[in-house]
Amino acid sequence: MRWIPLVVAMLCLWVLPAAAVQPDEILADSQLEVRARTLTKELRCMVCQNQSIDDSDAPLARDLRLLVRERLQAGDSNQEVIDFLVARYGEFVLLRPRFSAHTAILWLTPIGILLIGVFVFVLLSRKPAKPDTDLTPHEETRLSEILRRDGV
Amino acid sequence: MIAELGHYALVLALGLALVQASVPMLGARKNDPVLMRVGSPTAIAQFAFVAIAFAALIACYVRSDFSVINVFENSHSAKPLIYKITGVWGNHEGSMLLWVFILALFGALVAAFGRNLPDRLKARVLGVQAWIAVAFELFILLTSNPFLRIPDAPVEGRDLNPILQDPGLAIHPPLLYLGYVGLSISFSFALAALIEGRIDAAWARWVRPWTLLAWMFLTLGIAMGSYWAYYTLGWGGWWFWDPVENASFMPWLAATALLHSALVMEKRDALKVWTILLAILAFSLSLIGTFLVRSGVLTSVHAFASDPMRGVFILAILVLFIGGALVLFALRAPLLKQGGLFAPVSREGALVLNNLFLVCACGTVFVGTLYPLALEALTGEKISVGAPFFNGTFGPLFVPILIAVPFGPLLAWKRGDLLGAAQRLIGAAAIAAITIAVVFAVSPGGPVLAPFAMGLALFVMAGALTEIIERTGMLKVPLATAFARAKGLPRSTWGGMLAHFGLGIAVLGIIGETQWSAERLGELKPGQSISIRQYDLTLEGTSTRPGPNYRELAARFDVRRNGSWIGVMEPAKRDFPSRGTATTETALMRRGLSQLYVSLGELKPDGSVGVRIYYKPLVLLIWLGPVAMAMGGALSLSDRRLRVGAPKPARSKTALVPAE
Repeated sequence: MRWIPLVVAMLCLWVLPAAAVQPDEILADSQLEVRARTLTKELRCMVCQNQSIDDSDAPLARDLRLLVRERLQAGDSNQEVIDFLVARYGEFVLLRPRFSAHTAILWLTPIGILLIGVFVFVLLSRKPAKPDTDLTPHEETRLSEILRRDGV
Repeated sequence: MIAELGHYALVLALGLALVQASVPMLGARKNDPVLMRVGSPTAIAQFAFVAIAFAALIACYVRSDFSVINVFENSHSAKPLIYKITGVWGNHEGSMLLWVFILALFGALVAAFGRNLPDRLKARVLGVQAWIAVAFELFILLTSNPFLRIPDAPVEGRDLNPILQDPGLAIHPPLLYLGYVGLSISFSFALAALIEGRIDAAWARWVRPWTLLAWMFLTLGIAMGSYWAYYTLGWGGWWFWDPVENASFMPWLAATALLHSALVMEKRDALKVWTILLAILAFSLSLIGTFLVRSGVLTSVHAFASDPMRGVFILAILVLFIGGALVLFALRAPLLKQGGLFAPVSREGALVLNNLFLVCACGTVFVGTLYPLALEALTGEKISVGAPFFNGTFGPLFVPILIAVPFGPLLAWKRGDLLGAAQRLIGAAAIAAITIAVVFAVSPGGPVLAPFAMGLALFVMAGALTEIIERTGMLKVPLATAFARAKGLPRSTWGGMLAHFGLGIAVLGIIGETQWSAERLGELKPGQSISIRQYDLTLEGTSTRPGPNYRELAARFDVRRNGSWIGVMEPAKRDFPSRGTATTETALMRRGLSQLYVSLGELKPDGSVGVRIYYKPLVLLIWLGPVAMAMGGALSLSDRRLRVGAPKPARSKTALVPAE
């Protein structure tokens, strides 16, 4: 049980990501704060280029961060907060677009390529390579002799 | 005068490129060796003139010649010399000139070092290379001329965007361009082979070193860019899935796939058509990247429309080259003799699987980057595709690659023994299992998947070492014998091992940083402290001091670890009056492979200052991994078997040693 002190030591050093994006935004309820951070990483700062509101210094991002926390404190679930923001700002606010008719290509491309690739892989690999079967038994032994001599 | 000289040199380079694009091609067609040999000297001369143009622009910057619009808009007389020079490619026109400079450099390298290439192939490669040069030199001369003058020269320039005034700008763009413009050589080889209608294993031998060279620079360039963003932007991120980053990452994924498929082609004379296609795709992705970054389409589809000349010109180049190459591919590929089929469990099977997942990952990044642009252009609807999408799709796709990496080198060509490979990887798997158990034990309640990810990273690293241990018999034979065998192993084996090991290192860093980093934010007055993990940072005070072209507010922190003093960190904020903008200068303190990271926020009227502090475990591995990968590439490149033109050894010495 020599590892117990080690575990205890590591536990003491374990710090929850307690800080928010700006010190005055932090919620007192640390569980709610963790949820807020998760949500703000999924939401786009709409005036920035490819930044989440969690990363952005823009005033709009700060307003949205405060809004997210307000909704969470009012008792909304994560999904409700997201729905609220989408209703207000449109799909553009989501960094991970929802699956729907107009994002089907986006979401299905990776799986599509993979499936086609696997199909081609199976197609090309199932049949045995031809030259292998063309060798007579004599040639086979001769070849393996040569291979052995060359140390392959 | 110097600007005109540069402009004139660029026009001459275009003229030479036109000769290089036509005469050797004609020679190859007519089988006229005299015409074919025009290619090499022209390629070298074209490079020389582009180099003169590039040097002329640098001279304009160094002399702060503000009568040149480009210098006026991007430079300042008070700027330190290094940033005057690097500012040359810190803007659209200059960076395009760097692009063409590197394109011509690679052409000249083929001309100079491709002595043993068959005349006809060489003529066609240089010809295709010159087609690209013609297109981009025209682009510069017609739409993005860096040598234009202003009638009334201003006394002072507008200065370079302060974020770019960093040593990162000296290294990152040149490396990145060496990488993705270097892929033009693979593209030219592919097109030359298609025009010729003939391709053999020797072709793969010629292409692989060039691809490897470009890939090494691309790897380093991307890693350097990531580190630069990490310390400059001030919020501790190192990869943002930004379209500009994706633009360089997609060619990297394709080039990585190409390196592996060229291996199959070289050794087994299979996958020819696929290798050609990958070579075309890799450089096409570079072109698409150039289009994304240079056309302004990223800011918005509308910005692209408001400055149509450049955007449309690059788009035309894109359509011409990618479309043309694919049409040529469709016409000629069926004529190429297809290689044999392969057994699924074999070295080549593993390499095909590697290609499958890399291409799939590349396709994911591609669609994620371009889909929002396409959707907006077609329907006007705006959606965002950001980090959560890429992490959720790219991440899972990379897991099978990582699991498969150690198996590949342990499988034999033609017919591999999966069970045997698995048995040899038991050691690596055990190391992974122990890692998972230890990580679970020391961080209970942490992220659930993280310990497995750590285990996977260790599996990749240990798996890479397994190959060397197996091939030297390190654990079975006396150390001296193993050492002798290690020396006898081809350098490409060591290179591959190092590259795979580097991949594991990078994954380890990524997991460590994303899963266990800590963040604190606070407002401190002098004398107050803030703690993160076992570190305490005390604000000693703030001071302002002048720099060459900025004023700096620096804060001084005393850092203590468990109470004992270990050093000082000095983050700063710089104000650049010439542009009215500010930058954050983060302070970094290395702790083993981890880092403490401090960046400054606002200075409040009451004297307190906002700070953002991170503890980033294993973060350095994120960039050391790619460095190891690039070193692996260099090692492989130095292998005599890859050096085109190296005489073949008369008889392998090891073959004379009786088998054990």
